[in-house]
Amino acid sequence: MSITPLLRLSGITKHFGPLAANDDISLTLAKGEMLALLGENGAGKTTLMSILFGHYVADNGTVEVQGKSLPPGSPRAALEAGVGMVHQHFTLAGNMTVLENIMLGTEALWGFRRGSARALAKLGWLMDRFRLHVNPHAMVRGLSVGERQRVEILKVMHRDARILILDEPTAVLTPQESDHLFATLRGLVAQGLSVIFITHKLREVMAASDRCVVLRHGRVVLETSTRQTCAEELAKAMVGASIPQATRSKLTPGDEVLFLDRVHASVPDRGPNLTELCLSVRAHEILGIAGVSGNGQALLADLLSGLVAPTEGSMVLRGQPVTRPTPAAMIRAGVGRVPDDRTGTGLVADMTVMENLSTEIYRLPGFSRRGMLNFKALASRAAQLMDVFDIRCQGKDAPVRKLSGGNMQKLILARVLSQGPHLILANQPTWGLDVGATAAVHQHLLDAARRGAGVVLISEDLDELFQFTDRIQVMYQGRLSDPENTATVDRARLGLMMSGQTFENLGAA
Amino acid sequence: MDILSFVFETGFWLATVRMATPLIFGTMGELICERAGVLNLGIEGIMAAGCMSGWTWVFLGGTLWGGVLFAACVGAALGLLHAVFTVHLGLSQHVTGLGITMLGASLSSFAFRMILPQVTTPPKIVPFAPLDIPVLSTLPFIGPVLFSQTALTLLAFILVGVTAYVLLRTPLGLALRMVGENPLAAEAQGLSVLALRTGAVMVGSAFMAVGGAFLTLAAFDAYYIGMVNGRGWICIALVVFSSWKPGKALLGALLFAAFDAIQMRVQQQSISAIPYQFYLMLPYLCSILALITMSRKAAYPKALLVPFRKGER
Amino acid sequence: MRFEPRESVALAWQIGALLLAVVAAMALCSGLILWAGASPLSAWGLLLKGALGSTFALTETLTRATPLIFTGLAAAVAFRAKLWNIGGEGQFYVGACMATWLGTGMIDLPTELMIPFLFLSGALAGGLFLLVPTWLKTQLKADEVVTTLLLNFVVLLVVNWLVFGPWKDPMAMGWPQAAPVIDNAMLPVLVAKSSLHLGFILALFCAGLVWWMMRFTIWGFEIRAVGASLKASTFAGMPVQATIVRTALLSGGLAAMAGVSELCGVKGYLTLDLSPGFGYSGIVVAMLAALHPLGVVLSAIFIAVIYIGADSMSRAINISNYIADVTTAVSLLMVLLSMFLTRYRIRWK
Repeated sequence: MSITPLLRLSGITKHFGPLAANDDISLTLAKGEMLALLGENGAGKTTLMSILFGHYVADNGTVEVQGKSLPPGSPRAALEAGVGMVHQHFTLAGNMTVLENIMLGTEALWGFRRGSARALAKLGWLMDRFRLHVNPHAMVRGLSVGERQRVEILKVMHRDARILILDEPTAVLTPQESDHLFATLRGLVAQGLSVIFITHKLREVMAASDRCVVLRHGRVVLETSTRQTCAEELAKAMVGASIPQATRSKLTPGDEVLFLDRVHASVPDRGPNLTELCLSVRAHEILGIAGVSGNGQALLADLLSGLVAPTEGSMVLRGQPVTRPTPAAMIRAGVGRVPDDRTGTGLVADMTVMENLSTEIYRLPGFSRRGMLNFKALASRAAQLMDVFDIRCQGKDAPVRKLSGGNMQKLILARVLSQGPHLILANQPTWGLDVGATAAVHQHLLDAARRGAGVVLISEDLDELFQFTDRIQVMYQGRLSDPENTATVDRARLGLMMSGQTFENLGAA
Repeated sequence: MDILSFVFETGFWLATVRMATPLIFGTMGELICERAGVLNLGIEGIMAAGCMSGWTWVFLGGTLWGGVLFAACVGAALGLLHAVFTVHLGLSQHVTGLGITMLGASLSSFAFRMILPQVTTPPKIVPFAPLDIPVLSTLPFIGPVLFSQTALTLLAFILVGVTAYVLLRTPLGLALRMVGENPLAAEAQGLSVLALRTGAVMVGSAFMAVGGAFLTLAAFDAYYIGMVNGRGWICIALVVFSSWKPGKALLGALLFAAFDAIQMRVQQQSISAIPYQFYLMLPYLCSILALITMSRKAAYPKALLVPFRKGER
Repeated sequence: MRFEPRESVALAWQIGALLLAVVAAMALCSGLILWAGASPLSAWGLLLKGALGSTFALTETLTRATPLIFTGLAAAVAFRAKLWNIGGEGQFYVGACMATWLGTGMIDLPTELMIPFLFLSGALAGGLFLLVPTWLKTQLKADEVVTTLLLNFVVLLVVNWLVFGPWKDPMAMGWPQAAPVIDNAMLPVLVAKSSLHLGFILALFCAGLVWWMMRFTIWGFEIRAVGASLKASTFAGMPVQATIVRTALLSGGLAAMAGVSELCGVKGYLTLDLSPGFGYSGIVVAMLAALHPLGVVLSAIFIAVIYIGADSMSRAINISNYIADVTTAVSLLMVLLSMFLTRYRIRWK
């Protein structure tokens, strides 16, 4: 006797240009089941869920909820069928209240008045039932990341979802918040909901899911009950052939390259103000900055990039205080900056590979003379860098927009590392990259450290930090914890510090 | 000061409210477009088109309200054209808007010259007469000022209230605002971003065109090329000045019209001193001032000028 | 219906798309010609004959194209940097006023010095004038589209005051115009008995100069980078503020040179109708050329053909010569469409 599965995806195929993001994918979901959709970056997980929810239209294949086929490309149809999605990047309007965000689209557009009272009542009931509390009249822009995620879940539950999709839900949470989330999800499943969560974190899959499906290069490579598998098998399925991981060798730190002495900085709408920041990096050393994004990392990165000046305190680079920080001054002082926003800040998307490789050095003698660019020198440098850093593209005149995420990051690294910087700021350098590109990035950073640079690695990925850094500091609400030796620090304690507990702030004498 | 004594005359304020009317229509129209995330730089041309089409309808024998409706339809049509380019195809809102302005203005001039090729003094039509609302218009001061205006002016005021109510208290208004703040959020809730934005631009453009029609059907009684004279651009400045709020936009339009009326009176009373051209400059300079005072802290709708491409990576 | 980004588009297709836009515009405007009761083909034939059919027509067209090249370059340079300079009309008159002020007798130099002097001082005035709205944009985030536009109205009123007031030429028999520029300031004529003047050569020279600057110099690279991504160029340490100032000076200066050129080459004295909208047409010229400085020359000539030809067409057929303005406006919209079609493929599903 076969029971019709609650959800069935059959033969889903989706191409973006020549790239097959999803290739003949089929999977099912039963009622009251928690399914983990696993795969590295670029495997096609988000694309698949976007097709399910109706953001994208598949080239081939069908989606059936309770045996009934869903019309493609219609989030409205998906919502009506009981499918709800919590996106990786929250779909909330910061300038509106929680209630407004939740009520959007739930009433007929031609209604005369909004049924705020009724919605409020239902929301209150949902909050109590699932133990997710937020102030409904608060403006979303004032909420923390964890609170915003609660709003997203409430938004989905408000529409009576029976199938809940979560895309990388723990990417922006502390370990403790992640545990709380999965407890909540377990509660939902116990009450009859079905959950699909997308992740690349094996620990979560093993701990929370009933079944898991592994995607690789757009295809299903493994589908199994979680009890019958283990982390190693899943990892192998995710990655395929084993890619050599970058390894860290012991290095003795050299002279101090960066010293932040009780720095304060604040910029409206750029996150919490930086307060009493003390930070020191030495040559050959990699310092990790852990923390959930939104706690001041953006402002710290701006500071080290020369975009923002400290309001108090001082920034010292290799013994020289930086009096008037500008990006050009930082570059001249030997600071290499790898920004977190590749396409917006790191690259000029409409320009070519060669032009992007040249943006920091074109004014130097040898690359320009009396106002005119020396194309020959720039081209030969570009060719050399493309070779050394393995930047795959259609030539130096290819528009950068067409490059994959990994190649874009290699371009940025090439631009930065070719100048032999003494200090490197790497802000979420492997975010969104597949395993191969990630390993390449790590290797480049390690090589740079070996050659004598000091590296500040800001990352949300604790695994990455534990693997590559010498010391770790936690950023929380604009303050930095004392540096701790990575080899001996307690991971759980780090997690607590990331959520603000047991946070010992030094710097205040 | 003696010169400003006319500020206390009802006649002055009557003129102010009348002159504010096209600005109210235009600013409301632009406000709706921008709240939905679309900058409509076609406003100057749409107002010209509304101006001309309203007049043409009446000139060729139609009723005044028919002229208003016709102008609104012309405006909506130009709005649809704008929306196809900017909302559906995601093309530059700046350049499309300029193109629509040029198209609206040039088509109006062309059509006018085709209908009346050899005319030096434009022929007159019978415009809207001021309505005296019973009871209310007998109130001291505000009576004649607010309640003895033409029907179109009353419509303008009603429109402000309706726009504010729809934007802030109805599901449609919520959807429209969301589309201007975070279109993906709207799509994720099952709404059609393209349909909402297109609708907003069409309705907004219809309002703008009616504002233009007011010039020929109520304020003056004839059409001449170049009548709009920059009012559209002034409305754009007023939208920023009003922080995208209908109530503030109404106040801004009235303030602006008052200032315009003052400069006209002072110009009439001044014997020599400042040449009249400098008085005529003041409205434009004031608009620039209004724009820059509010621009720095302007709370732009977050998705303004950002095209929404469905299904693109 | 879905839109798929195209992988790559050959240059030939891109240029072909622009030509297609022009043809499409003319096709659409044929509807208006039908309304006037004439046959579109014969009407367009009359237009082309009127603009290109004789030496005289050709010189008229090139004369009309001269200020359009300048204003087209002004718009192209500014738009490249994403500086939306819609004030070309006002900057045109600023240049013309400067040339009037300096060139009607205040300063006397031999022609070889006088002409460059007037052009450069006009350009400086126009550039500085555009710096005001530019500064308002960078410091106060005031949208430059609106400020440059509103300033056009202001400048026109100033010119109105000048030609009716302090600069009114007493020997002009009541007409509102300023005194003529001195003989040394007049641009020499290139073809005898025509109005084609040295300004045309100067315009071509400027187009070449701007092209060379954008392609080969540091300044050009910076302008393109700042226009393509303000965030990325700031992050890379480029002198963004200086670049924007340079762009404004250049753009305003070029538009002002259009004014000097018209003043000293065609009319000889400042009037209220010195520019029938050259500043605004310059925007269309720039877009039709896809912001390419050399392409600006071609599209300026195209727009000039439309205007000169429409005058001729409207005399022969009973049609208003506003058809030129309509054709220009439709061309602008068609160019946007064609640019879209070169970047995206339409999939009907």
